[in-house]
Amino acid sequence: MTVLDVKDLSVDFATEAGTLQALRKVSLKVPANRIVGVVGESGCGKSTLINAVLGLLADNGRVTAGQILFEGKSDLVHLDGTGMRALRGQRIATVFQDPMGALNPVLSVGKQMRDIQYRSGRSRKEKDALSVEMLRKVRIPDPEHRLAQFPHEFSGGMKQRIAIAMALLMRPSLLIADEPTTALDATLEVAIIELLKDLQKQIGCSVLFISHHLGVIAELCDEMIVMYAGEVVERGSTRDIFHNPRHPYTKKLLACDPARLARREPRLPTIPGTLPDLRNRPKGCVFQSRCELADDVCSTMPPDTALSTSHVARCWHTDETAGAAA
Amino acid sequence: MTTEPLLSVSDLRVRFRIGGMMSALAGRRTEIEAVSGVGFTLERGQTLALVGESGSGKTTLARAVDGLQPAAGGSIRFEGRELRDLPKKDWKPLRRKMSMMFQDPVGSLSPRLSVRSLLAEPFAIHGLSGRSLDAEVERLLALVGLPRDFADRYPHQLSGGQARRVGVARAVALDPELIIADEPTAGLDVSIQGEVLNLLNDLRDRMGLSMLIITHNLHVVRQIADRMAVMYLGRFVEEGETEAIFRAPHHPYTAALLSANPEPDPDKVHNRIALPAEVPSLLDRPSGCEFHTRCPFAQDICRTQAPTPSALGSSRLTCHFPLNAGPSAVEAIAAS
Ligand SMILES: Nc1ncnc2c1ncn2[C@@H]1O[C@H](COP(=O)(O)OP(=O)(O)O)[C@@H](O)[C@H]1O
Ligand SMILES: Nc1ncnc2c1ncn2[C@@H]1O[C@H](COP(=O)(O)OP(=O)(O)O)[C@@H](O)[C@H]1O
Ligand code: SF4
Ligand code: SF4
Ligand SMILES: [Mg+2]
Ligand SMILES: [Mg+2]
Repeated sequence: MTVLDVKDLSVDFATEAGTLQALRKVSLKVPANRIVGVVGESGCGKSTLINAVLGLLADNGRVTAGQILFEGKSDLVHLDGTGMRALRGQRIATVFQDPMGALNPVLSVGKQMRDIQYRSGRSRKEKDALSVEMLRKVRIPDPEHRLAQFPHEFSGGMKQRIAIAMALLMRPSLLIADEPTTALDATLEVAIIELLKDLQKQIGCSVLFISHHLGVIAELCDEMIVMYAGEVVERGSTRDIFHNPRHPYTKKLLACDPARLARREPRLPTIPGTLPDLRNRPKGCVFQSRCELADDVCSTMPPDTALSTSHVARCWHTDETAGAAA
Repeated sequence: MTTEPLLSVSDLRVRFRIGGMMSALAGRRTEIEAVSGVGFTLERGQTLALVGESGSGKTTLARAVDGLQPAAGGSIRFEGRELRDLPKKDWKPLRRKMSMMFQDPVGSLSPRLSVRSLLAEPFAIHGLSGRSLDAEVERLLALVGLPRDFADRYPHQLSGGQARRVGVARAVALDPELIIADEPTAGLDVSIQGEVLNLLNDLRDRMGLSMLIITHNLHVVRQIADRMAVMYLGRFVEEGETEAIFRAPHHPYTAALLSANPEPDPDKVHNRIALPAEVPSLLDRPSGCEFHTRCPFAQDICRTQAPTPSALGSSRLTCHFPLNAGPSAVEAIAAS
């Protein structure tokens, strides 16, 4: 089953300087029991994608085309506020980069974790026991005592761990995580990855995991999509993308990761050029101005070229892109 | 010229009161030592990276060095001069030589000021308005690789990478000797991270800058830092040449950190040193070696006796049983 099926989704924002096309024909699938990663530079539309799924687009944002099918039935594009609120927090849970978005500063952590379980029918004691267990899993020292504490009494890293514990308490069918480990150190990041993998298996949920940390995506995700300037330029299994990237942007992005360098280099690789103006998208391929393979045909919209049953790249010249990262 | 290092810190301590009157009355400990006896030297033109879990005291250490956080003990010598307990007014001229780059790129730039005003501000603060500010702004923009017309933009009109460049430009505006950067590439995409690191590396080469960089990205550490220091519960557990530490970490915590580092290869088999979850509280520091509650190599002596700092190769570390230490350490373990 496919838990989340986004089809040809386009989103515009109305701005003073004109219409900004934040997403253009974005398609992706999150199958049941899978962890799907999303990578791309900031501004490429990752948050817009999530907000569209959650029905939380800003007032000036609008879905202009496409569908967002959840659990095979509801098209979230047309679900009303009440319907959306019933899904959020129950079936679809979220973790964001800033944990304070999820935490109420004036309530104790224990109270907040009990409140999340209000429909569970558990006793207060049982709720607290579950909270403690979850806090321990995200490596909060002394969880029994810390239930009585308030968010400000925790370090930034610990606040994020608490937010993750709170999202997972609800056993959602889809967990959307937007850069949740960005503020954590490596041992903790790896612990969270392992925790997410574990819980994903235990609960049988799916995870849509947004990160610009390629190592984290490689380690955590079964499948991934690569976004550039509001488009999914490549998607496939994590192995496909890391071992056989076929979109020129993906190849350059992977080559920029300092993790690929075995020793200190005087200059780190970068991607010359700048993002296109989303108010004035180029005709045809969005990556043209930075692509060495660009030619005349690239000024018309490239097709989503299937490279295998699961591996797709939006590019005219995928026949020229086989081989290691550029 | 003296042979004194640019920055020399010894036995630095920073304490915070936490909890309120109530916990004090209840007889609970209300003070933590967030930086606890840290010492290091930074030579001119050198870069030292601070790594360690969040809460290990990196930011507090940086703020203490920069005079933003009073020290409770120890010494901070900059160009041979003691900075601890320096009166506020004496800090002002020092700020020209020592500048701090904060973590949040957009948030640390006042939203109401144009890039021009932001770049002119350091000169105004130091009463250097006699200089041609426009020329300085232009020089700084060129230095960090931003087009001239960016002078008229406001922070919200900048991308994360561009805002970070403006941050770098402000930090180097007055030709400092030392830059202290707290997570200078956190939240940046790899390609932009590369640009910022190239920029910092360039400026270091061109201006002979020294840098103290906090980051939890170990790949960044390897690309930018000559030396690195690993913090745990407010102390340095290992400090030494970056390459040597990457090749052969001696402290078990360093080894665990390096082994945790995620790599962009889905088929990579990680041979990780797993650490038990619980990070001890600063209010209740473990006895003996403070890492013993999580250390996979702990032995009896570790629970009762704190190891004293020792030197091994280019590194200084605090551990009874250093890893990758060659025959002498094997003997030490056998003898204990
Ligand atoms: N409410 C909004 N109004 C106008 N533009 C917006 C709005 N939200 C996002 N954008 C623009 O849409 C694009 C995608 O943004 P976003 O989804 O936040 O990217 P990411 O999360 O990948 O960094 C960016 O160009 C951003 O400036
Ligand atoms: N202003 C403060 N008041 C009380 N405790 C603080 C304050 N600032 C930092 N701390 C505590 O000091 C310790 C070190 O924090 P910090 O230096 O921010 O760590 P890092 O930068 O390594 O994440 C943490 O336990 C933190 O909670
Ligand atoms: S379609 Fe053309 S310009 Fe776009 S990525 Fe492919 S080769 Fe490059
Ligand atoms: S002294 Fe003992 S407990 Fe501490 S790090 Fe070394 S081996 Fe581990
Ligand atoms: Mg975002
Ligand atoms: Mg910090």
